[in-house]
Amino acid sequence: MLEGKDLACVRGERALFSHLNFTLHGGELLLVQGANGSGKTSLLRMVCGLLAPEFGEILWQGEKIAAVRESYHAGMAYFGHAPAVKEDLSAFENLDFSCRLAGIPVDHEEVKGALGHLGLGHCLNLPAKSLSQGQRRRVALSRLLLVKARLWILDEPLTALDQAALQLVQSLIGEHLRRGGMALLTTHQPVMIPGITPKILDLSA
Amino acid sequence: MNAAQTVFILLRRELMLAMRRRGDVLTVLFFFVIVASLFPLGVGPDPKLLRLMGGGVVWVAALLAAMLSLGRMFAGDYADGTLEQLVLTPTPPVVWITGKILAHWLVSGVPLILMAPVLGVQFGLSGDALAVLVFSLLLGTPVLSLIGAIGAALTLGLRGGGVLVSLLVLPLYIPVLIFGAGAVDGAMSELGSEAHLSLLGGILILAFMLTPWAVSAALRISIE
Repeated sequence: MLEGKDLACVRGERALFSHLNFTLHGGELLLVQGANGSGKTSLLRMVCGLLAPEFGEILWQGEKIAAVRESYHAGMAYFGHAPAVKEDLSAFENLDFSCRLAGIPVDHEEVKGALGHLGLGHCLNLPAKSLSQGQRRRVALSRLLLVKARLWILDEPLTALDQAALQLVQSLIGEHLRRGGMALLTTHQPVMIPGITPKILDLSA
Repeated sequence: MNAAQTVFILLRRELMLAMRRRGDVLTVLFFFVIVASLFPLGVGPDPKLLRLMGGGVVWVAALLAAMLSLGRMFAGDYADGTLEQLVLTPTPPVVWITGKILAHWLVSGVPLILMAPVLGVQFGLSGDALAVLVFSLLLGTPVLSLIGAIGAALTLGLRGGGVLVSLLVLPLYIPVLIFGAGAVDGAMSELGSEAHLSLLGGILILAFMLTPWAVSAALRISIE
């Protein structure tokens, strides 16, 4: 279970949000909404542990995330604005290295399978600099298939994707939730996942 | 997964990236050669004077060349989001930071060490002095990467970070320069260079133990 208690965020001189509370259980989707600049990305980075909250605390299975850093990070996958794809490495090498560095032993077939699942089967060995923005984001998203994290923290995962990929990513999130996973998501696009009613957290309110 | 494995995987990735951007490595190496070669042109071709200055000049050039490559240590990973992902791995930051620094030394420090004897010969250094020069660089250049990493991490994402990094790091390089160039001097003046080399070794051990923690703290601030 993931819990945010009385969170506040200050960037520069400006208070973005305060007294923010949420809970997220297995199988639930939390949709963070709000206008540009309302602190969606800051909230997600806070939940990851990249940004310290000005006030309040974030609890993972009842413990502060800083206290259980290793097990928390092992059970979490973050997809941020920057796709963490190295331009000079191929799609295959990118995914392979990012999984291994995260401590997940993967073999060639698994990596190929994950990239194929996201429709990159034909450009496995192309350097990422020759891929389009959407394709690079697909490379980054393919990580989610291999890291086996319980908590997905996805910052605008649907931008720059075509229709087919939009459907695919939403169905991936759906499967993840049905397996008992949790997802925290920001997006400006409508999210339609059959059988799942997302919890909404509106930062503008 | 243990720490050695993480460092090994990171090293493989960094070396692969360096192989695909060979220009970056060569720029640093040529900078080193050119800076050292400017001195004979500036001070005149007196062999006795050049032999006296050789060790110091090569060391100063190595210092400047090592600094040239500092900006790249974390900047690429920071810009494309890889650094965030590294922070979010279960591995303690100190482990992969050590890997990054080691990779930086292999890519930008080792070529300098290999090139140094050639420059030393240009200045007319004796065989003994050349051996000491290489050995002092072998002990000293890792310290340059270690200390430089703190500066690189602190100036990450800042405008004009490149100039700032030199102001931060160069003063901290002074002890390495003094003992490195002193070792070469000692070898030429029959005073011996053991004392200088021991001190360099001591600095290396100290830097190796302490700087990854400082870099870890600096990166946490820069990433926020």
